Amino acid sequence: MSRTLSAPVTVAFDYTRSTGPVVGRFLSGLRDGVVVGGRTSAGQVVVPPLEFDPVTHEATTEFVEVSSVGTVTSWTWVPEPVKDQPFDRPFAFALVTLDGADVPLLHALDVASPAEVTTGMRVRVRWAAERVGHINDIACFEPLAPGETETAAPAAAAGQPVTGVVTTVSLDYQYAASPEESLFYRGLNEGRIMGQRCPTCQKVYVPPRSACPSDGTPTVEEVELAQTGTITTFCVVNVPFLGQKITPPYVSAYVLLDGADIALLHLILGVPAEEVRMGMRVKAVWKPRDEWAYSLENIDHFAPTGDPDADFDTYKHHL
Amino acid sequence: MRDVAVVGFAQRQMLGFDGSPTCVELLVPVFKELYEQTGWTRKDVGFWCSGSSDYLAGRSFSFVQAVDAIGVIPPVNESHVEMDLAWAMYEAWIKIQTGEVDTALVYAFGKSSAGVLRRTLALQLEPYTMTPLWPDTVSLAGLQARAGIDAGLWDERAMAEVANRSLTDAEKNEYAVRKGGSSVEELLARPMYADPLRKHDCSPVTDGVAALVLAAGDRAREVRERPAWLTGISHYVDPMGMGVRDLTRSPSAQRAGAALDLGGVEVAELHAPFSHQELILRAELGLGADVAINPSGGALASNPMFSGGGIRVGEAAQRIWSGEADKTLAHATSGPALQQNLVCTLEASTEGARI
Repeated sequence: MSRTLSAPVTVAFDYTRSTGPVVGRFLSGLRDGVVVGGRTSAGQVVVPPLEFDPVTHEATTEFVEVSSVGTVTSWTWVPEPVKDQPFDRPFAFALVTLDGADVPLLHALDVASPAEVTTGMRVRVRWAAERVGHINDIACFEPLAPGETETAAPAAAAGQPVTGVVTTVSLDYQYAASPEESLFYRGLNEGRIMGQRCPTCQKVYVPPRSACPSDGTPTVEEVELAQTGTITTFCVVNVPFLGQKITPPYVSAYVLLDGADIALLHLILGVPAEEVRMGMRVKAVWKPRDEWAYSLENIDHFAPTGDPDADFDTYKHHL
Repeated sequence: MRDVAVVGFAQRQMLGFDGSPTCVELLVPVFKELYEQTGWTRKDVGFWCSGSSDYLAGRSFSFVQAVDAIGVIPPVNESHVEMDLAWAMYEAWIKIQTGEVDTALVYAFGKSSAGVLRRTLALQLEPYTMTPLWPDTVSLAGLQARAGIDAGLWDERAMAEVANRSLTDAEKNEYAVRKGGSSVEELLARPMYADPLRKHDCSPVTDGVAALVLAAGDRAREVRERPAWLTGISHYVDPMGMGVRDLTRSPSAQRAGAALDLGGVEVAELHAPFSHQELILRAELGLGADVAINPSGGALASNPMFSGGGIRVGEAAQRIWSGEADKTLAHATSGPALQQNLVCTLEASTEGARI
């Protein structure tokens, strides 16, 4: 058995950003099939245009259309492309100084091997089939053979200036639980609720942690908790939201398991929401065994035991 | 200005840490080591500052759970810098200069191997015209390496010499994850990876944690016979765009070095995650042939994200404590292709302080 439990996880979000007048001008140009640079106070044409001048710090206001043909000023081979790069096969990244510009632009170069690219080679923009006002409107650069000229971009429907851009960011991880968290999830897979006791302050943490947050001591002694506990505090969920699995109203509550020093957040069912109260005694209700996994969801919910409420003094320190 | 010294240093480095990205499991023993080095308890630490990243960990508020490793009852004075341990140290140095505290423990941690590090770091690029192309760290360094080769500033042999010296020196470093020098010829015979870079030109993806202890005046003298006094510290940043700066140079590193007195530096620990970057840094800082560069093996031997820079400070400080050197230099970098740079000098005496 490996020391820790791990599982793949993907974190993804569509970042939506306003572009402002300078980046917006550049992206509007790409949508329209032209590359736009900005002129600096030193007279240099920079692509993409800088929002603010590096010397005067004034906003860039002078824009210059440059060629879609240029010269490679540096390049590197990408033998093992990562997800979402312009190509999913080996390619080159290149810095390309477009004719009419003074500094290079970074983009992909479509060549089959490092032997096909040299510093100083002439390249041209390959436009994306559909252009929306995004850096990917340039699909890539491609080598320009002698006698060839720039590729005219297919006409775009003239549109309003680009004011926003959406960039999807999706990151893949192999997420590992700590040894202590692994103990907790392995326990749940066996129908047990496991915690750990701090040797310094004797507090029992569930789920167990790598160190006691009060004093920084590693928690080592394993403790199996009771399946019964007390509701310390709760809230009634009346608001629908995206991804909600239970029809409101329902109750989300902190349950202080007997023998634990920290409450566990879980769901309360088997009782009308308006009858849930602080001090109510509850017990874990598990899903059918064949549905168990390494998850707190193995406990479907907590339900009232019917016992008398706990005395306030028994849980007041956990509020 | 108050005299402030580095008086404690501990680290853990490894490939593919089998544990949580919170790294609490690694931080607890590192803190224990620092309590042993200083004779302190956590209550003697006036200020705590950490470095981590949600993007690296794949979880939100990634720095919060690490606070468990400190223990926060009674509450602690704590902050967080998402760059590198060296910048966390800078914040702590400022905090001590204000007079609010006399001591600080700064720490950083990262499980780089949880994701694809060279891809994840594209998130620190310009979000409109760079990140959507996902230029990975190795590619950006490759563009920089080629620019210098084309300009005749260095060649593959010079890069291999850096790698071979690093891997040879790393044999003496128990924490280095890649070690074992051979010869420049043997390295040059190895296949290209990301032309013009071979794999040994790139630092290994390293998991790990590191921490430093700072103390002012007599608090430092109580801990060490030879505290490593911070006699100069400076950091600058270059533009983010790859096109608008000369990639063969590092103006921010040059400026940071120029703000300090680098005369008499005997040892320099330079945070160069790629072999050619050491050559850039040596030139920008004007380090002569008499300066020992990266005796620890440097970042080519081991480069845990978020602590790789601060480890340079710890290594440079250890040379002062041990009496091996009277003046050392540490450098840390962050961002693509040496975009951000911090340089500090550490000395056995406070007389040469420029701050």
